[in-house]
Amino acid sequence: MSIRIPCPHCGARPIEEFVYGEIPVVPDSITDPDKRNLDRAFIHNNPEGPTTERWFHAMGCRRWLTLRRDTRDDEILPVSPVI
Amino acid sequence: MNEFIERHVRLSWHAPKRSYDVVIVGGGGHGLATAYYLATRHGITNVAVLERKYIGAGNTGRNTTTIRANYGIPEAVRFYQRSLDLYASLEEETGRGITHRQKGLLWLAHSEASIRAERARAEVNTAFGAKTEYVSLGEIKKLCPQLDMTGGGVWPILGASYHPGGATARHDRVVWTYAEGAMRRGVHVHQRTAVTGLIMDGGRVKGVETDAGPISAGVVVSAVGGHVTALASMAGLRLPIRTHPLQAFVTNRYALGFDPIVVSSSLLFYASQTAKGEMLLGAEIDRQPSYSYRSGHHFLQSCAHRAMTLLPFLRHLRILRQWTGVCDMSPDYSPVMGKTGIEGFYITTGWGTWGFKAIPVGGEQMAELIATGGTPELIAPFSLDRFARDRTLADRGSAGTH
Repeated sequence: MSIRIPCPHCGARPIEEFVYGEIPVVPDSITDPDKRNLDRAFIHNNPEGPTTERWFHAMGCRRWLTLRRDTRDDEILPVSPVI
Repeated sequence: MNEFIERHVRLSWHAPKRSYDVVIVGGGGHGLATAYYLATRHGITNVAVLERKYIGAGNTGRNTTTIRANYGIPEAVRFYQRSLDLYASLEEETGRGITHRQKGLLWLAHSEASIRAERARAEVNTAFGAKTEYVSLGEIKKLCPQLDMTGGGVWPILGASYHPGGATARHDRVVWTYAEGAMRRGVHVHQRTAVTGLIMDGGRVKGVETDAGPISAGVVVSAVGGHVTALASMAGLRLPIRTHPLQAFVTNRYALGFDPIVVSSSLLFYASQTAKGEMLLGAEIDRQPSYSYRSGHHFLQSCAHRAMTLLPFLRHLRILRQWTGVCDMSPDYSPVMGKTGIEGFYITTGWGTWGFKAIPVGGEQMAELIATGGTPELIAPFSLDRFARDRTLADRGSAGTH
C-alpha cells in the first residue's frame, strides 16, 4: 500500500499526487555567514524520525500543506491547519 | 567457476577484542571490501567490521547488481572502470564464484537531446578508458531482439550507446567473498553489533561505543549505508546527504535469454535478467527522503507500464516480488569518500544508486587511504570538502538511476 497524504482540501490522497518540499534548517550553532550559505546550499539534516515538511498537491488542489511524517516508517502524523 | 559458494564459503567468527587498529562501521560491500583490501594489499589485519544486522543486510543485498563504467565525467569514468576491472578478476583472485556475467549495456535514446547525450557519453568514456560506442538501429536490434523499436508508437528508439563492459554479479556472493577473504587473513567481523556512539578525544575519534561495549581504534571508517547522517553527527559532522528509498521488482523466469542490460532514461527504467532467469526491473528513487523499506503498488504499475512500452514480452510474465532499499544521495550524484577533517575518522558514503558497482574500487581506495594516510589520486575529486571548495562533480551519467 503506498503512502496516503491527508490533504486538508481533498482528503487522503496517494503520495504520487504530491511534490515534496523540504524545509531546510541551518542550525543556529553555525554563525559564520559563509558556512551558513554552504550549509543552506548542500547540507541536509536528513532526520531519522518525525519531521515537518511541505508538500504541494500538484495533481489535486494545487495548494501547499504542512505535514508531519516519521521518516523511519513513513507514518503520517497529524497535519497542521491550512497555511 | 564454482556456482555453489554457499557450500564452500568459510566464515569464521571471533569474540570482539577491546581494541583494533581499524574499525569499519557497516558490514556491507564497501565495509567488507575495505577490510579485504587492507588485509590483502597492505597486510593490515587487526581490523574489525561492525554490522548492526547481518553482513549484506542493507543496500548491498537490495540493489539491482548492475556493474558499469559508462559515466559522464572523466573522474567517474576512470573510477568505475577500475571497479569494472577489479570485478572481472575477482573470481580468479579469490577462487570464489560471484556469478559475474559480462553482458553489455544498451542505453537508449528517444529524442534528439538524448542522442546527443549518448554520443557525448561514448566520447567521454572512450577518452578516459571505458569502452562505449554509439550504435545504429540495426545493431541495437541485433543486440536485443526483444526491443520494440517503435516504442509502442510513442517512444521510438532513435539510437543508443553500447557499453560492452556492462555486467552483473550476485550481490550476496560479493559480500561473502570479501568477508571470507578478509576473515581468512585475520579480520574480525561482528554481526548484530550496533554502533551507538563515537569515542572522541580532543576533536579526534578514538573508537566506537557499541551495544557490546566500547572498542578503541586507531582509525574509524564509516561505511554505513542509510544511517550515515546519524553516525557522522556523533562526530559533529554534517553531511550533504539525503536518504531516499528506491524500489525494484523481479518477474518469474523468462525462458529465453535476455542478453544486455537495457536502460532508458527517458522512460526511467532499466531491465536485466538474473542468473535464475528472472527479469529484474528498477526505476528512479522515490522523491521524498525516507529510511522506510516500504514498497508501493504505484511503482509496480508505472514501472511495469513503462518497461512494457519497449519490451512487450514482459506482459506475459508475472511479478514475483518487490523490495525497497535506501540510497544516500549526494547533491551532485557522485560519491563522498576520504578524509573528513576529523582526525581518525574516514568516510565512504553518498553511494546513492551506484554503490554496488563501486564496491571493489571503493574498498581498494579506502584501504590505500587508511594504510598510507594519503588520499589516492583516483578518489581525491570525491572528497567531502569539494562542496566548500566549489568543486562539485555533477554527473549526468549517474543521474539517479542504477
